[in-house]
Amino acid sequence: MDIQSLIPLMYLVASVLFIFGLKKMGHPRTAVQGNLLGALGMLLAIGAALFDVNMQALAAGFGVDRTHYVLIAIGIVVGSVIGAVMAQRVQMTAMPQMVALFNGLGGAASVLVAGGAMAQDATPTITELVATAASAIIGAVTFWGSLVAYGKLQELTWFKRPYPVPAGQLVNALLALLTLAASAWLVAENSLPAYIVTALLASVLGVLLVNPIGGADMPVVIALLNSYSGLAASATGFAIENNVLIISGALVGASGIILTQLMCRAMNRSLTHVLFGVMDAGGASASTDEVYATVRSTTPDDVAMILDGAQRVVIVPGYGLAVAQAQHAVRTLQRVLEDRGCTVEYAIHPVAGRMPGHMNVLLAEADVPYEQLKEMDEINPTMSNVDVAIVIGANDVVNPVARTDPKSPIAGMPIIDVDKAKTVIVLKRSLSPGFAGIPNPLFAAPNTLMLFADGQKGVLELNAAIREASK
Amino acid sequence: MRNLLLLLIGGVLVLVFCAANSPYVLAQDGAAASTPVATSPTEKEFSPVQSLAASLTIFVLAVFVGFEVITKVPPTLHTPLMSGSNAISGITIVGAIVVTGLSRDVITSGVGLLAVMLAMVNVVGGFLVTHRMLNMFRRK
Repeated sequence: MDIQSLIPLMYLVASVLFIFGLKKMGHPRTAVQGNLLGALGMLLAIGAALFDVNMQALAAGFGVDRTHYVLIAIGIVVGSVIGAVMAQRVQMTAMPQMVALFNGLGGAASVLVAGGAMAQDATPTITELVATAASAIIGAVTFWGSLVAYGKLQELTWFKRPYPVPAGQLVNALLALLTLAASAWLVAENSLPAYIVTALLASVLGVLLVNPIGGADMPVVIALLNSYSGLAASATGFAIENNVLIISGALVGASGIILTQLMCRAMNRSLTHVLFGVMDAGGASASTDEVYATVRSTTPDDVAMILDGAQRVVIVPGYGLAVAQAQHAVRTLQRVLEDRGCTVEYAIHPVAGRMPGHMNVLLAEADVPYEQLKEMDEINPTMSNVDVAIVIGANDVVNPVARTDPKSPIAGMPIIDVDKAKTVIVLKRSLSPGFAGIPNPLFAAPNTLMLFADGQKGVLELNAAIREASK
Repeated sequence: MRNLLLLLIGGVLVLVFCAANSPYVLAQDGAAASTPVATSPTEKEFSPVQSLAASLTIFVLAVFVGFEVITKVPPTLHTPLMSGSNAISGITIVGAIVVTGLSRDVITSGVGLLAVMLAMVNVVGGFLVTHRMLNMFRRK
């Protein structure tokens, strides 16, 4: 058997390794192994590609220039070093922008590959041309959209607020039409300039599409861009007729779509509303003063006394906890409570962080065992058995208005039912509203006590008070 | 982990070297490779529609496999899942290598090199950061 017939088999094995790797991502115990399987698959695919080049060159009637292998080696080393340094240095709180950036790079690479392959292929089939156009559009949208998402998540001053584009949706629609026209030109004429025009138009479209999308919707955008980066790879696979690209791209595309759906459902937002930056306008809700008339504030010492008799405590973290870097303090709180025979669990809302599953990673970094991280659907039915629920840095995801007021902007959004717990402690700096911009009646509920403090400092004071009380 | 990384990069470089020295490669003086093109006698030409159908079949089946596998991943692991699948989407590195290898002018070589670099950042960064995160989930 010669190496020529081995190459497709190597690609196949790589694809299988990717699928097994993703399958093993299904449990924290096997996930590390799954990731390594994926990396192994990638290594195999790269190895196959290096020999594939020879074969394709031979089929075209020329040999591969050795200097090109040097180029490939340079690219691999430089890219690996940059990627490794970035992966080592990134803070877990900055993970969303990191993933956005990597998505974008993948998209950009797909655009370049499709363009380069088009320049090399003298007699492309119509399928290849259509795929090339798709690759240009999806890849460019992914790249530029991801860069804007990165800027927003990194809170760079340029991206603080969306650029006002007059009649934004009309402009987007026109741009989309122009992009399609350019790709039609590309397919009809097999022209490289048309390819460049298509990619450029799609770039502008990518920027404008993500531009109006606000902070709370970022988890959806990242998941969607993740899906796009896969689809771009898949389109490139069609363009250069390579199955491993088609398969892996499809896997990633499917994964991104699933996560996008989950995020939309968790926020009770439709994808179209997210994409077009529509904030679901609410009816007249009660005024802030009215809602907060009966708010009761408390002190760490009082909370320590309440916790003294508690058997089951649930901690509900929000992104505010991560902003205040309070994860480790919360982990200590958990230990202090557990030492006194109390059961402690964490109730994690799907959009508690800034990307799917973000809060779990932040807590895992603080050594919270994953068994204690409970999903919303898992913990809600048992919420009435909870003695004390401690809400830290979360707001909209525990707002009971989502259940009670059908006119509210968050009506129907699934929430963690902390209001059903016997006592609720809300640790928060002030009564300021969350992303939805509405007051939260939970804060004024008869079973709620507000502990006004900065996240980390508040938890540390609470820990000290509990230790003091148990002496 | 650093050792693992070095091992991987080293492995890839060895592969590059092997491939570069395989008998089919054009010698540096520019002479064409002497080995004849190996075409199997049974090879048939497929019509474009047939090959499109084959590719689409693979695509659609892979999407279904993706849905089946991914829906079983618990929300706890969604962030590593995303960064891991992100690394997999760097598979476009395969195309980048082919484009660079086949390039016959400076511009395509440059485009190919850039594509290899970008895809490799995506691949290595993606897998490593996923590894970092997943290690945090290991039972202590």
